[in-house]
Amino acid sequence: MNTGSARTPKLGVQAASKVYTTASGDLLALDRCSLDVHANEIVSIVGPSGCGKTTLLWSMSGLHRLTSGAILLDGKEVTGPRPEIGIVFQEANLLPWRNLDANINFPFEIKGEKPDRAWIAHLLHRVGLDGFGGKFPRELSGGMQQRAAIVRALALKPSVLLMDEPFGALDSFTREEMNRLVEEIWLDTKTTIVFITHSIEEAIFLSDRVVVLTARPGRVAKVYDVPFPRPRSLEIMATKEVFDLTNRIKMDIVGERRPKAQEQLEHKSAEIVRIRP
Amino acid sequence: MSGGDAIPEFSKAKSGDGQDVSLTNLSAFAGGPGVKSGAEVAAILVVAVVIIGGIELALRIFHVPQYIMPPPSAIVYALFDEFPLIAPHLGYTLVELFSGFAIGAVVGLLMAAVITQFPFAEKIVAPYILILVTTPMLALVPLLILRFGFGYTPRIIAVALAAGPMVMINAATGFRRVDSAKIALARSYGASTLQIFWKIRAPMALPMILVGLMIGAIFGLLTAVGAEMVGGGFGLGNRLTSYSSMIQMPQFFAVVLILSTLGILIYVLFFLIGKKWASWEA
Repeated sequence: MNTGSARTPKLGVQAASKVYTTASGDLLALDRCSLDVHANEIVSIVGPSGCGKTTLLWSMSGLHRLTSGAILLDGKEVTGPRPEIGIVFQEANLLPWRNLDANINFPFEIKGEKPDRAWIAHLLHRVGLDGFGGKFPRELSGGMQQRAAIVRALALKPSVLLMDEPFGALDSFTREEMNRLVEEIWLDTKTTIVFITHSIEEAIFLSDRVVVLTARPGRVAKVYDVPFPRPRSLEIMATKEVFDLTNRIKMDIVGERRPKAQEQLEHKSAEIVRIRP
Repeated sequence: MSGGDAIPEFSKAKSGDGQDVSLTNLSAFAGGPGVKSGAEVAAILVVAVVIIGGIELALRIFHVPQYIMPPPSAIVYALFDEFPLIAPHLGYTLVELFSGFAIGAVVGLLMAAVITQFPFAEKIVAPYILILVTTPMLALVPLLILRFGFGYTPRIIAVALAAGPMVMINAATGFRRVDSAKIALARSYGASTLQIFWKIRAPMALPMILVGLMIGAIFGLLTAVGAEMVGGGFGLGNRLTSYSSMIQMPQFFAVVLILSTLGILIYVLFFLIGKKWASWEA
């Protein structure tokens, strides 16, 4: 499957910049972001909200054109949506007027291809949605909707899966369940995954590497390796190493906002000092 | 495409997405008659019997003359007795309604689908559409009769003019309900503009389109009957003026009964279509 040499990353982001033109002027969302995602790797992108995580992902998928820089898939520039790239959107993004089967068939309809029934049935079984094909999205829980969205994204057998805060709207138990599901699917398929999240725990649980973006404009602030073995059990997730890593990443993200926070803190402590004597 | 990308948004309902222009919303479908239980249907029938029976009784007790208010029994009798005479007129009205509505609905739908693709053009056209929506097309009927005579033509034109803008303004509201995430989904699979229209925009617009068609059809009925009352020798509206001028009140009310049945049938038809094809919205 991986045709490129060991040196060619599966997905390369090269000095990606993106400017949005808005009514109130230009908005620099991404500033010379560079990042290599290797084949069969799970990379998470975390950062303060509004830092351009979704912009980066949409650019990787070819949905948005970069203002400058390039996205390379297997060494070739991505200039538009590509069948090798699957996307799982925020809040499932199922079409409410279609039942589950019709939602999963949607990509095949667009491409004018015959759906791969056996593969879809396997995926539906994998995520525990057997027998729900006739249900409409509104009849399913948020977790089930997102499972269906994952099946839809995997139905075309993409070699890269981009996931844009897929579980952000779910409660924490469902979210953990979904994280285990993503890990299982990855262990099965070894699909390269880029995962955007605002949950550091989720990022560490899933990823081989965690990329921290700066506040707007988004730049790559730091990249952490997550060396823990898979499948990652609850025990591993409760170790001191994980705890320390979580805190370091948290500090990085909070540090992004430090100037203001620090100022307030210093102001306060000064007041306290004055009162004490 | 490069500079024109919008910042990805996932908010459920964007304000200013056209909801403010709509004349109605889907409560027409969601809160409509719905499926009633046997007991509810029985209660409705009992109330009907009590009211109709009460009116009948009161009119007879107080000897109200028929030219003021005929009793319900006389109206029902007139309906059956006079029906062979009324039936052709019902046919004429239906011809006017169907042809006028079909023309108006097709033109309205096409214009809505095209104009919403060009936001700038839409802004320019909007005030004129509003004038078409708010002007009672009945006012134009004397002019149309002057130009086209007393046949079908002026009536069909009036019905189309009444129904078309209603269909258009509601359908446009539907087509404007853009969900950038759903369009991005389609685009991520390489969908063409046409595919995005048929597989995303049109289904999203369908509930509002149905509302527009329903209002358009009812306005069309109103305009057809009104135009028939203005001039020409046929149609249910003509029957109304004719019966009232001859003080044949039971027959007059029989025609009113037919007209309200038509209105209810239009509503029920679109309610059922909405339930079948647009129930995901509710």
